This record gives sequence, C-alpha cells and structure tokens, in this order.
Amino acid sequence: MLGLFGRKYFKTSSGIIGTGLLLVSTILSLYTAYNYFFVDGKIGDTYQSITAIKYTWLSFSENASIDMGIILDPISVMMLVVVTFVSLMVHIFSLGYMKGEERFATYYAFLGLFTFSMLGLVVSGNLFQVYMFWELVGVSSYLLIGYYYDKPSAVAASKKAFIVTRFADLGFLIGILILAFSGNSLDIETLIHNLSSLEFNGAVTMSFLGISALTWGLTLVFIGGAGKSAMFPLHIWLPDAMEGPTPVSALIHAATMVVAGVYLVARLFPLFHFNQAALTIVTFIGLLSAFLAAVIACTQTDIKRILAYSTMSQIGYMMFALGVSGYGGEFGLGYTASMFHLFTHAFFKSLLFLGAGVVIHFIHSNEMKDMGGLRRYLPVANWTFLVACLAIAGIPPFAGFFSKEEILLAAYNSNKLVYGVALFTSGLTAFYMFRLYFSIFWNKNAAIHNHSATADRHGEGPLSMKMPLIILAACSALAGFIPFGNYVSSDKVILESHFDPIFSIAPVAFGVIGILLAMWMYKNESSRADKLSQSWGGLYKAAYKKFYIDEIYLFITKKIIFNLIGRPAAWIDRNMVDGLMNGIANTTATVSGFIKGIQSGKVQSYAIYFFGGIIALAIVFLYLWK
Amino acid sequence: MGEVPISHILFVSTALFFIGMYGLFTRRNMITMLMSIELILNSVNINFVVFNKYLYPDKLDGIFFTIFIITIAAAEAAVAIAIIINLYRSHRSIDVETAEEMKY
Repeated sequence: MLGLFGRKYFKTSSGIIGTGLLLVSTILSLYTAYNYFFVDGKIGDTYQSITAIKYTWLSFSENASIDMGIILDPISVMMLVVVTFVSLMVHIFSLGYMKGEERFATYYAFLGLFTFSMLGLVVSGNLFQVYMFWELVGVSSYLLIGYYYDKPSAVAASKKAFIVTRFADLGFLIGILILAFSGNSLDIETLIHNLSSLEFNGAVTMSFLGISALTWGLTLVFIGGAGKSAMFPLHIWLPDAMEGPTPVSALIHAATMVVAGVYLVARLFPLFHFNQAALTIVTFIGLLSAFLAAVIACTQTDIKRILAYSTMSQIGYMMFALGVSGYGGEFGLGYTASMFHLFTHAFFKSLLFLGAGVVIHFIHSNEMKDMGGLRRYLPVANWTFLVACLAIAGIPPFAGFFSKEEILLAAYNSNKLVYGVALFTSGLTAFYMFRLYFSIFWNKNAAIHNHSATADRHGEGPLSMKMPLIILAACSALAGFIPFGNYVSSDKVILESHFDPIFSIAPVAFGVIGILLAMWMYKNESSRADKLSQSWGGLYKAAYKKFYIDEIYLFITKKIIFNLIGRPAAWIDRNMVDGLMNGIANTTATVSGFIKGIQSGKVQSYAIYFFGGIIALAIVFLYLWK
Repeated sequence: MGEVPISHILFVSTALFFIGMYGLFTRRNMITMLMSIELILNSVNINFVVFNKYLYPDKLDGIFFTIFIITIAAAEAAVAIAIIINLYRSHRSIDVETAEEMKY
C-alpha cells in the first residue's frame, strides 16, 4: 500500500516513470482487492472493515482527534481499483496524447498528485482526513483544468471550478463540524456508532431553525459532495472544466473526482439512512441533475461538453440511487446499484472521453459540426466509442445495462415518480449519446474533406492511445457481469443480485427508442434535427443556453453580491480601515517632527541631557522619594 | 601636622568632579574632553580611597576598586584616543562640532 503513497514524493520527470509507478500501484490495488474480497475480508457473510494503518495526527480532546489512516472496506477497495485502473489508462493514453507538450513533466506531476490525493480520499477513515484530501483533489483539479494557462478560457474555467467547489466545501466543513460536535468524534466508524446509539439522541434531536442538527450536518456534507460531483445547482463548473486536456477530463471529470461526492454519501450512508429528510434532498437533487443535464446534453454541440453533461446526469443517477436506498438486505439495493453504476460508469465514461480525445486529436476541434464520417479514419475509436455508447445507453449485455437496471429497480421499489423520470432520462441518455456518436462517426458532411489532408498525416495516434481504448472497451462490455452485490452492499452483508428480465424491458425499450431516434436524425445528413429544434423553439433555446443557470449565477454575483456586499466592504476598507492606518501614521509623523530637534548630533548636548537627567533623578531620589 | 579632616578631601574631589564636568561641556577639543573625563574618574577614585580610609580603615575594598577603575580608565583612554584618531582621519579635525552627521 505504501507504493500508492510514495508517488506523492516522486517528482515525475517523465511520463514513463509516472506510468510505470502507477502500473505498480494498480497491480498492488488489484492484489489488495483480490485479497480483501476473496481471502481475508470476509467473515461469514459479512465483509469487515479493516483498519490497516491508524495514526493519531492531531488530537483535540479525548474523543475528537484527527487520525491519518487507511481503512479498507468494500467501497474503498472498489474505489481503489477504479481510481488506479482508470488513472493508469489515462496515463498511458496521455503518453500519446500529450506528446510534444512543453510542460509534459509538469502534467504528469499533476496527474500523480491527483491520483495520490484521490487514493488518500478513498481510503481515509476520518472525516477530517477526507476533507484534507478532498481539498487536495480540488487543487490538483484546478491545476489540471488550468493546464493551458495561456488560454484565458482555461484560466477562467479553472477559477470557476475552484471557486464553486470551494463554496461547496465550506458547506462540507461546517457539516463535518456539526457531525463531529454532535457525534463527539471525527472517526467515521465511531461517528456512525455514536450517532446511531441511543445515548446521543439528545444531540441528534437538538434543533436549529426547526431542523435537527443531524439533518443540517448531513445536508451540509451533501452540499460539499454535490459541489464536487457537479450536482444541480452547483454543476456550472463541470462543463467549463472541459477546457483542460482531454485525458484529464476523462480521469478527473468523468471517472474519479466527480464521483467523490457519491462516494462521500455512500461512506456516510449508515448516517444518511437514519435521516429521511437528508435522503430526500439527495434523491431529488440527484434526480433533477440527472434530468436537467440530460436535456441540456441533447442540445450542446461541443463534444466534450456533451460528455460533461452526460457525466453529470449519470452522477445524478448514482445520487438518487443512494437517496432511494434503504439500509441492509433487500432494501440496500439502491446503495449497491449506485456503487455498481459508479464502477461501470468510470469505465465507459473514461472510454468516451478518451475516444473524444482521439477525435479531437485528429480533427483539432471540439465542435461537432466539424466532424462527421470519421468511422473510416478512426476505426478503433469508432468501435470503442460505440461500445461505450451502448454501455451508457443501457443496452444489454454491456456494463451500463446491469447497473442502470439495478438503479431503476431500486427507484421503482421506492418511488414511482423517481422511477418515471429516471426512465425518461435513460431514454434521453441514449438519444444524446447516439446523437454524438452518429454526428462524429457517420453523418457525412463537408467538414471531412477539409480534413482529408490531415488524415493522411496522422491516423489514430500511437499504440499508447489505442491500447487504453481497447482495454476500457473490454471493461465496459464485461464489467456488468461482475456479481456486484456479492461484494458491495450497504451493511456489508452479501446481497444476492437477482435479475428480472421482465422489468428490464421498459428501460431497454426507452434506450432503443432513443438510439433509433438519434439514428433517424443524425445518421445521414439531413435537416430533420434542425426542424425539430425549431419546432421546440423556446425549450431548445433554453436548454442550449443551459437553462440560463450560468446567467443567473452571473447576475447574482455581479449585481447582488458585488453591489450589496462588495461595494460597502470596499468602502469600509478604503475609508475606515485605511483611514485608521493613515491617521496613526500621520500622528506619528507630526509628533516626531516636534521632537526630532533633540537629536542634534552634538555629543556635548547629549552629555548635558544625560547629566541633567542624573541630577533630576538624584533630586527625585533624595528629596521627593519618601 | 594633624589629620586632614574628611570634609577637605571631599571638597577637593567634588571640585575636581565639577571642573571635569565643566570642561566636558564647554570644550570643543576632543582631547580636552577626554582629559575632563579623566578628572571626573579621578574624583571618584579619591572618594573611594577616602571613604575606605576614614570609615573602614582595616579593609581594602575601596582601594581595590580604585585600582580597578585606574586600569579600566587606561583602557578607556586607549579606546577614546583611537576614536579621536579616526575622527581626525575622516574629518581632518578633532572638534566635536564638526562631527554632527548622526542626527535626524
């Protein structure tokens, strides 16, 4: 395990070294997973949490201390595998993609930093450790988004991402403090134990504004998670974050960092399930994000932005799956499904991004209208992209099918409204993914002729770019067959996943309808899509503009915050704080002007002062001192 | 010739002290100022010896103190003269009024 942490201290001088080390890490984490799931971890039917390393780093009181440690339980082991594996693929891919970049080594250093902090995040057993790595992840994401720092849009995007997530992290921090205060511990397991036992009920029922402390704490923690996971309404940073290099988008903004929020909720799930209010918030925020993002994704034209919105939508899925989940046994289906979806999503979404990376590398543009008919030039990308699209659309037997089925089943069992929206969203997902697919790889248009010259020069790129695509495609296709319930469940007891073919008819039907619709509209060059978008006029425009959420934010920050808070603050700063300081300085200067004559530079006058002083003291001591 | 009364000797030492003080304040020549300081020191020495002799005739503490002061006065004179020489080198004068750069 220490191999994972050694990476931080290693200044990556070249991609090969970074990739090699990560390969070692991946093998180690796979080995850990194997050991955990098949050898050590299981006692009876229950998986144990193993605290591998625990070391008290800062202790505040007897109970509250910050421990640095490594905790292994099913979800952290799963995340270990996902993070190292996807990271490895991205490292390999970047060898080809980033070749010739000036700051190649820096890039790998950032990637390494990110991987390190993500791993630290998933294995930490203490809320505060989570928070620290959480921030580290945020920083490395900021660095990587702003990698092309000479591009103003990239700089703006990285700033936006940082500020928005920071804002959410504030909620997270306050949430941690509330939980730690009412649960009297920072250690996650102790916290869960304390808060669920009866003697702490007083703390739990303590209320603020009519809402219990536990609800506040959990909701605030969820806001932190929502910020990282780009849930509505804190999602605005994610699409802009696509300014970063494409492999980075694949790693951070698709597979790993953005699911940190889901992971966090899953980590604290034993707490969440006590609190119906917080869970409801999780459900509806997740659902709303999933749906809105899917609608927006249907109208965007930048391929990376489409993928970004699709990521957001899928994460919304995971969130509401957690939200509708119960604890233990059959009711824990949502939890398992969410983690399962996280697992499969990591594969197919990073595959999609890497595929998009190949396309962008080839065509030097993010805009969909510059593409078309690329299937002849990029056969590998074509096939792997198709696999990923089928996976995300939930078509059997690809990975996304299984995880999405479980999510929908969980939703169906708990709330029919959620189920309906989710079902419709899955249809939309299929539609926009295949809109993307057909627009890139089929739909012949003039663009390709302009690029035929380019096509001769380089094809799909080197082996290092193709290999990850193929590996990930294999994973996307096959990961669904892992009997996931056997490994990950809410109460760590094995959950028999059962598969209901009747139930899966509806989602698959929706998926197929979406695909067919996309095929009809985009497979060949036609004006059908334009007509449709015109007939939907206002809605289309609103979705294209991302429902004006960016504009609302801009309005709030520019008009309200700047005017109502920024201006007065600036005025106070300029007139009162500065005035005070200037006053002090002026007084000092005036007084010193009066007394500086004393310092004449004449030795003898000093001697006279000295002597006079002694005489004065002598008089004081002899006559006045009684 | 009888014993000299203590008040006479103390009068001499006080006179010596104020002569030294006067010289220190009025003279502009640094050598003269140095000499004035020596006068002040010696007046103190006289005080030490006299008080020792008249108050504690069987002890030697005051005399030892005087010897210490003489030794240190020698060292102090050496330092002062070194300062004066340096001042002369930089200002071509040993008048203290010329050395008044160290002011506001």
